[in-house]
Amino acid sequence: MGRVLAVIIWVLTLGSVSLFFVRKWWFPEGITSHAPALDRQFLITIIIVGIAFVAAQVGLGYMVWKYRDTGDRARATYSHGSSRLEVIWTIVTAVVFIGLAVMGQSVWANLRFSQAPAGAFQVSVVAQQFQWNFHYSGKDGVVGRTDPRLIDDSSLNFIGLDYNDPNARDDAVHSVLAVPVNRPVELILRSKDVIHNIWVPQLRFKQDLVPGMVISVHFTPVRVGKYELACAELCGQLHYAMKSYLLVLPEEEHRALTELSQDDFQVQMTQLLAKYPLPPTP
Amino acid sequence: MAGETHEAVHRHEPPKSFIRKYIFSLDHKVIGIQYIILALVAVLVGMTMSLLMRLNLSWPGTNWPILGTLFPGGAPDGMMTPEFYLSLVTMHGTIMVFFVLTTAPQGGFGNYFLPIQIGAEDMAFPVLNMLSFWVTFVGFIVILSAIFYSGAESTVGPIGGWTGYAPLSALKNAGPGQGLGMDLWIISIAIFCVGSLLGALNFITTLLNMRTRGMSLMRMPLTCWAWFTTAVLALLSFPVLLGAGILLFLDRNAGTSFFIPGGLYVTGLLSGVDDRFPLHTGGSPILWQHLFWFFGHPEVYIAILPGMGATSHILATFARKPVFGYRAMVFAIFAIGLLGFFVWGHHMFISGMSPYSAMTFSILTLSIGVPSAVKTFNWLGTLWGGRIRFTTAMLFAIGFVSLFVAGGITGLVLGQTSLDLPMHDTYFVTAHFHLVMGVASIFGMFAATYFWFPKMFGRFMSESLGKVHFWITFIGVYLIFVPMHTMGMVGMPRRFAQFTEYEFLSSLHPLVMLVSVAAIVTILVQILFYFNLVWSIFKGQKAPDNPWDATTLEWTTASPPPHDNFAGHLPVVYRGPYEFAVPGAPNDFVMQTEPEVVEQPIAVEGEGTSGNGDEGRKH
Amino acid sequence: MATRVGSTRPAKKQGISRGGPKVPGPNGKGPRGNGSRGEEDDGGSRRLSPKAYRLAMWIVLAAVVMMFAALSSVYIILSASNDWQPVSLPRMFFFSTGAILASSWTLHNARSSLKGGRPKRYRQWLAATLVLGLAFVASQLLAWRELVAEGLYLSSNPHSSFFYLFTGIHGVHLLGGIVGLLYLLFRFRKPERWLDPEGLDVSSGAVALYWHAMDVLWIWLFLLLLVWR
Repeated sequence: MGRVLAVIIWVLTLGSVSLFFVRKWWFPEGITSHAPALDRQFLITIIIVGIAFVAAQVGLGYMVWKYRDTGDRARATYSHGSSRLEVIWTIVTAVVFIGLAVMGQSVWANLRFSQAPAGAFQVSVVAQQFQWNFHYSGKDGVVGRTDPRLIDDSSLNFIGLDYNDPNARDDAVHSVLAVPVNRPVELILRSKDVIHNIWVPQLRFKQDLVPGMVISVHFTPVRVGKYELACAELCGQLHYAMKSYLLVLPEEEHRALTELSQDDFQVQMTQLLAKYPLPPTP
Repeated sequence: MAGETHEAVHRHEPPKSFIRKYIFSLDHKVIGIQYIILALVAVLVGMTMSLLMRLNLSWPGTNWPILGTLFPGGAPDGMMTPEFYLSLVTMHGTIMVFFVLTTAPQGGFGNYFLPIQIGAEDMAFPVLNMLSFWVTFVGFIVILSAIFYSGAESTVGPIGGWTGYAPLSALKNAGPGQGLGMDLWIISIAIFCVGSLLGALNFITTLLNMRTRGMSLMRMPLTCWAWFTTAVLALLSFPVLLGAGILLFLDRNAGTSFFIPGGLYVTGLLSGVDDRFPLHTGGSPILWQHLFWFFGHPEVYIAILPGMGATSHILATFARKPVFGYRAMVFAIFAIGLLGFFVWGHHMFISGMSPYSAMTFSILTLSIGVPSAVKTFNWLGTLWGGRIRFTTAMLFAIGFVSLFVAGGITGLVLGQTSLDLPMHDTYFVTAHFHLVMGVASIFGMFAATYFWFPKMFGRFMSESLGKVHFWITFIGVYLIFVPMHTMGMVGMPRRFAQFTEYEFLSSLHPLVMLVSVAAIVTILVQILFYFNLVWSIFKGQKAPDNPWDATTLEWTTASPPPHDNFAGHLPVVYRGPYEFAVPGAPNDFVMQTEPEVVEQPIAVEGEGTSGNGDEGRKH
Repeated sequence: MATRVGSTRPAKKQGISRGGPKVPGPNGKGPRGNGSRGEEDDGGSRRLSPKAYRLAMWIVLAAVVMMFAALSSVYIILSASNDWQPVSLPRMFFFSTGAILASSWTLHNARSSLKGGRPKRYRQWLAATLVLGLAFVASQLLAWRELVAEGLYLSSNPHSSFFYLFTGIHGVHLLGGIVGLLYLLFRFRKPERWLDPEGLDVSSGAVALYWHAMDVLWIWLFLLLLVWR
């Protein structure tokens, strides 16, 4: 029984590790400037985790194999433990684990401890059940005033944009997020009703949109393309279908798009969505 | 103390009537079994729900005629609606976390064995003990009614996940699933909090005051340490959830705004414009998350610590060896419990909380890995040099160690702020917490069941059925939960009713099917366990009082133990709990009650007594 | 609520069994397991020591404190919000604060009378405490009326919510203390109960501990509402 158990534990360990090792199912390729650093941190972590996992399971299997009761009526070793060993493995794990935790902060600090750099492209995001609204400032670079009292679903004014505000005249609101490549992007996140979460796997990035709060986050996309955008915080009935796209456009194409007024913006966006394919799935 | 008479040995006559004996019993053993039955029923419900969830994820859009009959609102014509799926997610999580993982390990096995293991006749407050069970039972009835409730405005039970994030849970008009079912969900949890608090009060008082002579703290079995720490965690965390639940209930029903900010626009209505959506202002949704996770994280340890205790206990017994580093094990339990109160923020890295607090929480979180690793090393150390007997209980205990490592270790990934960015709310998280807090805890309970069954019913459970149960379950859970990690890496989000909408998830289809098939097989195998339980109560092989050659107090009394546990003679304890393989002793185990025998070589005598933490005999 | 009632239960009357065989004390090296049990009591007993009841009450209070700590932190965090509109304290709160402070004093006197062996005086002080306790509850209700008269309801604004919330939840907890006082008054009405001074001391000690804690808790909430706006 002991040997069977040991072998099963080892086989399961091998199977688990190889599932990660073959990399058939892995992160989609990152498209932001912070993605390589994050992926590297993940790789370091998963290697350490993998080594610890394998060591513990192999050790467990070894104990189970070696120290099975063989019926020779010999007794177990009488030992209450070893303080020296306890101290050693406490210190070793503490150093490794806390070291990992500290290392894991660098990407975080770069992304979150600072404001968006000057010259970042700003988009105001307003999430609602079960739809994304991306509010573009247009040519003037200033978004128009919004007021929840002006929200009118029948006229498709989902974010309550005040059309009397001069800044609002060139604004465009669309359900697709279009950003320029190689330029910092700042998202200003709001929610109209419940908590949502903006998420594009390729961005290596996720952030809640909390009603009553204005949360500003930033990142820099470095690869042109079309990517799926999802809500990652349970927001109700159609949470699974709260889908949109992220378009990372070449600088020129993006400028041309954002200088369009609302109606032309819609038309152009439809063309761009058709132009760029989704990244191939493995 | 005046006017007392000396009474006969059998002082506490068991109650005669059926109701006092089995229903409203004051006997901690009966109450323990009641808790276990409650958990067995609850886990059946929770498992059925996970089965339905897997069916929906793997074969979306299929008609399951029986569902149409049972849930005309949630599954019209037998086809599950997304809101029904989300309601299943919510109920599965709530039932499993509260009514299975909190009741069976603590209320069930803790209630039954804590008093016996410390040599007490009962809990300190038997009436409170009875109340705590029946309060919990009422909570269970309320949560069950939540899913069957189809109100006018809502066709399904509550939607919110077991975390019930506000303001989704605080707004009655935020869609189906926020109707009366959500109120029932809150009420059920509040009731559960009260029941758990009564239990915790009892556990702590009993352990600190009712230990028999010689049972010093450092002579207690590790199970007792685990139950004690769990009780302390429950005592300090459940009141916070109760308070939060009251606030949420008021937000929903009294128009207050603790968790609801101003200016919300929900399903076509602006807050405060008319009566259908009263004015809310000044609340904070993140506050609910802080309060919830302040409770929620210790709750994770409430679920797993008793499993750790049982595993240590069973590993030592069947390795025929003292627990390696008893003292370190006790400190590790405490360290995990204490740190558990300072890491709740790791659930909230991307919630809009200050990034600096996130960093602090992250570092504290990874330091919880240290005592967890210490426990793992000590379990391996316990097996080292042992003479392992592979009973079903032992198999499950070894399985616990394996699964605890497999599930716990990915905490090192999720606990890092930056790695949480891609991982948060994906199946990676689902896999992590199911393995460590769900499956590992349940393995601890399976081990406890096979181990203590002979004591509880005087009969063995069938070992051959038990082994089949173990092998399939052990392999099954690996097949279910390991692939979920890679799903999460690809980016599969939790709590999605369907994966059909997203192109990037299509490559995961084979894994989704694999997980579902493994889940169905694993769930079906549990029937074997239920059958084994019931069959063995009546037909199992008769067990002697100490069938496993174990050392602790529960094995000194009859199987099943008499009403007052020790038939009027409280045992006296002379040594630590895991004195196996003592050199020179006649057997390979020395009971805790065995008095010191003055033998010829005095040198051998002197050391083994205080036992724990000694480095063994080297000279 | 049940927690409190249960834990103030007096010690069981069953007493101590000496029926078990006299067993030798444990080996001198090991500490005795249970410090609270009498030396002669090795046969075992369900009777808990007075210390156990006091401990149980402290445990109850730990839970109560955690809950109010949670509610207080909600108060402190929400008070930083832009929509926070400070409400002035109802004047009845000063009266109720006085009443509950006085009740702690009378209860303290009751305990002293008990220790001094003056049962009649004890019951009088106890009754005074009960009256003050009821006066406290009444004045809290009057404070609600005062708020209502100003048009401030539970849901009017964040600050006003806390007036009702704090007084309400504190009041519910205080009712538990009132039940405890009533219990002390009626359970020990008959003189023969005085034959069990230890039981009396235990239950009155537990009730007093709880009552004083409710007093301190109210002072905390009162100061929070008064100062932190």
